[in-house]
Amino acid sequence: MSNVLEVRDLGINFGGLRAVDGLNIDVAPRQLYGLIGPNGAGKTTVFNMLTGVYEPSDGTIRLNGELLNGKKPHEIARMGISRTFQNIRLFRNLSVKENVLISLDTQVDYGLFSGIFKLPKSFKQEKAMEEEALELLKVFELDGYADTLACNLPYGKQRELEIVRALGTHPKLLLLDEPAAGMNPQETQNLMDAIQRLREKFAISVLLIEHDMKLVMGICEKITVINYGTLLACGTPQEIQNDPQVIKAYLGE
Amino acid sequence: MSGANLFFLQLINGLNIGSIYALIALGYTMVYGIAKLINFAHGDIIMVGAYISLLCLNAGLPWYLACILSILVCSLFGIVMEKLAYKPLRKASRISLLITAIGVSYLLENSFQLIFSANPKPYPGFIDLPTLKIGAVSISANYYVTFIVSVALMIILNLFVQKTNMGKAMRAVSEDEGAARLMGINVDNTISLTFAIGSALAAIAGILYSNCYSPINPTMGSLPGIKAFIAAVLGGIGSIPGAVLGAFILGMIETMVKAYISSQLLDSIVFAILILMLALKPAGILGKSVKEKV
Repeated sequence: MSNVLEVRDLGINFGGLRAVDGLNIDVAPRQLYGLIGPNGAGKTTVFNMLTGVYEPSDGTIRLNGELLNGKKPHEIARMGISRTFQNIRLFRNLSVKENVLISLDTQVDYGLFSGIFKLPKSFKQEKAMEEEALELLKVFELDGYADTLACNLPYGKQRELEIVRALGTHPKLLLLDEPAAGMNPQETQNLMDAIQRLREKFAISVLLIEHDMKLVMGICEKITVINYGTLLACGTPQEIQNDPQVIKAYLGE
Repeated sequence: MSGANLFFLQLINGLNIGSIYALIALGYTMVYGIAKLINFAHGDIIMVGAYISLLCLNAGLPWYLACILSILVCSLFGIVMEKLAYKPLRKASRISLLITAIGVSYLLENSFQLIFSANPKPYPGFIDLPTLKIGAVSISANYYVTFIVSVALMIILNLFVQKTNMGKAMRAVSEDEGAARLMGINVDNTISLTFAIGSALAAIAGILYSNCYSPINPTMGSLPGIKAFIAAVLGGIGSIPGAVLGAFILGMIETMVKAYISSQLLDSIVFAILILMLALKPAGILGKSVKEKV
C-alpha cells in the first residue's frame, strides 16, 4: 500500500516559537481526511508547509513517495497538491472562466522564452481548455456564471469557485482550508455532498481543515487533532469523539 | 499661419509626444501592476535603446536590424536589471526598492557617459517617407509613423494581456501573487516577462524619440521618463488603458501650454498637475481606489 501523502516528524520554528512539532500524517488514495484543532493550533501552518509557502524546519513531506521539501510553491502545485484558502483569494477582476483557465494552463509547462514563442496556441488546444474549464465549473453548477467577474459572485459561489480553480491543476491531493466557513447549514450540506462527489469523479484525496464538526464527522474517514502544534489524537470520527484528550482540549476540564 | 492651423499643428505635436509618453508609461504601469515597484530606471531604458540602435546604424546595419537588435538587447537588459537589482529586494520595504531604482537610473546614465561621453551625438534618422500635407499644415513622416507605431503596439499589448495565457498569468500575479504561485504559476518568469515587454516598448520609444529629436545624450531618458511616470499616475498607475489615456492628455497639455501660455513654465505646470492629481484623486483617472483591508 502506498499513501498519497506521507508527513514525518514535521516541525517549524518561527523565531523562538515552535509552531508545529513532530507531526505525522498519512493520507491514503481517495481518502477524506480531516485536520482539526482549536484556533491557533497550527493547522493553516501545516497547509502552508505542504504547499511550499513555508519551508519546514525539520521532518519530511512526500507526495506519492516524492520528497517535497525545498520545492517551490508553483512546482508543488504542478506535482499535484492544490489548495483553497481560509479567506477567499480568487483573482477578483478576472472572469470565473479565466480563474479556472489559469490553473488549467499550468499543466502546460513552458519556460519563459518557449512561452513567448509558443504564444499562438493552436485554436484547437485553446478550445479544449475552454471546454475543460466549463466542464469543471459544472461540478458546482457555476458554468452559467462563466463570464461574470469573480468578485461579483455571491459569497458561497466564490468558495465553490476556489475549489474548482484548485481542481484545474489536476491535483492528486486537494487541501481545503475551512471550506464551509460562513456557509449556512443548507450550503454546508451541499458542500459535503459535493466533496464526496468530486472525490469519486476525480479520484483524489482530500485533506481538510474545518471547524464545522457536523461536516468533519459527517464525511471524514480519518481525523487528526492537533493542539499547540503537536498531535493530540488520530483516528476515526468515532474514536475522536470519545477521546478524553480531545474533549478536554475543546471543552476544558 | 492662421489660428486654426496653429491649433491643428499643436494637436499633431501633442499626439506625437503623447504617443512617446504612452509607450514609456506602459512599462511603468505594467511593472507597477505586477511587482508593485516604481522603476525609476525605466526612462533610462529609452536612452539605452537609442544608443544601441545608433551603434548598429553607425556600423552600417540596415534600420530594421538596428531596431530588432536594440529591442532584444533592451528586453534582456530589463530582465537582468530585475534579477540583479530588484529580485533580491522582493521582500524588502517599498522604499528600499524605490531608492534602488533611482540608483540603477544613475548607474545607467553615468556608465553611458563614461562609455559614450556626455556630448550629444547626432542620430541619423531613418524614417524616410513623404511628408503628409493636410491643408496648409504639413506633417513630417516622423510624426505620423510614431503615432501609428505606438497605437499599433498598444492594441497588440492589450490583446496580449487580455487574450493570451501569459497575459492571464500576468493579471493573476498582479491580483494576488501568493495565490498565483499556489495555482502553479511561475511568478519569477511572469515578472521577467513583464520587464522584458516594458523594456522592449521603451526601446521602441527611444528609437522613435531619437528620430524626432536628434541629437541624443546619456541623460535624454530622464525627463521623458519622469513625464511618462506622471502620465501613468494621471491615468491610474497599474492600469494599462489609464497609462495610454494619461499620456495623451499630458502630451496635449504640454503642447498647448507651450503654444499658448509659456514654454518656460511648461515643466512647472506639468509637475503642478502631478501634485494636484495626487492631492485630489491619488488613484488616477481610471485607477481603482485601494480599500484598506479591515
